[in-house]
Amino acid sequence: MEDSRGKNGSIFARAEEFLQAFKKGAEFTQELLKENEKLRFKVVQLEEESKSLSQATGSDTQKELVKKISRLEEEKRELLDRYREVESENRDFAQRYVEIEEENNNLANLYIASFQLHSTLDFKEVLQIILEIVINLIGAEKFGILLMDEKSRELQSMATEGIDKDDIPIIKPGEGIIGKVSESGEPYFVEEINEEGEINLLHPMVCIPLKIKEHVIGVIVIYKLLQQKKKFVEVDYELFTLLAGHAATAIFSSKLYSESERKLSTIQGFIDLLTK
Amino acid sequence: MDEYKILIVEDSPTMRQLIIFALKRIRNIKVVEAGDGVDGLKKLLSDTFHLVIVDINMPVMDGLKMISLIRKDNVYKNIPIIIITTEGGKEDKERAMALGANAYITKPISAPYVLNVVKELLNIS
Repeated sequence: MEDSRGKNGSIFARAEEFLQAFKKGAEFTQELLKENEKLRFKVVQLEEESKSLSQATGSDTQKELVKKISRLEEEKRELLDRYREVESENRDFAQRYVEIEEENNNLANLYIASFQLHSTLDFKEVLQIILEIVINLIGAEKFGILLMDEKSRELQSMATEGIDKDDIPIIKPGEGIIGKVSESGEPYFVEEINEEGEINLLHPMVCIPLKIKEHVIGVIVIYKLLQQKKKFVEVDYELFTLLAGHAATAIFSSKLYSESERKLSTIQGFIDLLTK
Repeated sequence: MDEYKILIVEDSPTMRQLIIFALKRIRNIKVVEAGDGVDGLKKLLSDTFHLVIVDINMPVMDGLKMISLIRKDNVYKNIPIIIITTEGGKEDKERAMALGANAYITKPISAPYVLNVVKELLNIS
């Protein structure tokens, strides 16, 4: 009996111990749960903090980026303005280049014309060169060179292109357009070039006086231009001026030279006669 | 660098000078001049040319006759030929092109234009 009582007592004691341990375990679990709750709360808090922090740093970067973009846009604007300036300068240079090129070509034409005019002292060759210049550089189809007779002061056709030399009548001083040009020494140009119709030998479209200083020795008359030549250009007027002076001196010098040559051979003939 | 030999057949010395001036912009260019078609053919046979520039109205032999003779010859049938002339009519151009000219330029000439045509035919950039 006592044994069974003793056995029961130890069982109760062990049960009590177990209950105590269980209670402690339950309390510990409760504490763990509370701690877990606290940690969860902390995690949520931290997550929120982290979110707000990242938002704060994000807006700074954004601001930086916006600033950078506006700076770059400004730079782009400046570069575009510079590009436009350079482009416009480039256009100006290209335009200037074309002008200089044209001027260079015109000067070359004038140089070649002048060089050719003074390349010979043969009167016929000089006339031929004038014809060539008027055809090839000015682009005339029908024209003539009239020279003044020193005694009668009348203009007589000496060389022509596209028309018969004898068809151009002898022009008296002051007579019609040609006579007036030879008297005044001022060139004559028609206002508008008429491509159609018959030509009138007394009414040229251009009449250029051939002058040595103020002394007119003849004229160049142009009646018709080549069909592809529609109008006069700047260099044509410069060529007219060049012809007025250089052609005149070339004609005059060649005439003097041929006369002196003729006189020289006559004198030589006399000398030969006297000495033989 | 390649040398380009060009034959200019033109009776007017003034015109020849103008053409030479236009061609001077091409480096290594050598120009030979002839005063008429017969002279031109003689000079063409005496050397190797890359291009021929020819006038139509010339004494002794005109440019059209010269072109037709050049094109009949197997050696020269492909040589580029440029006509520079006062004849501005459509029929004149058609006749010259039919005979075998590669380009037709009317007088008065523009030096840059002549230069461009020559460069194009010689494949010079």
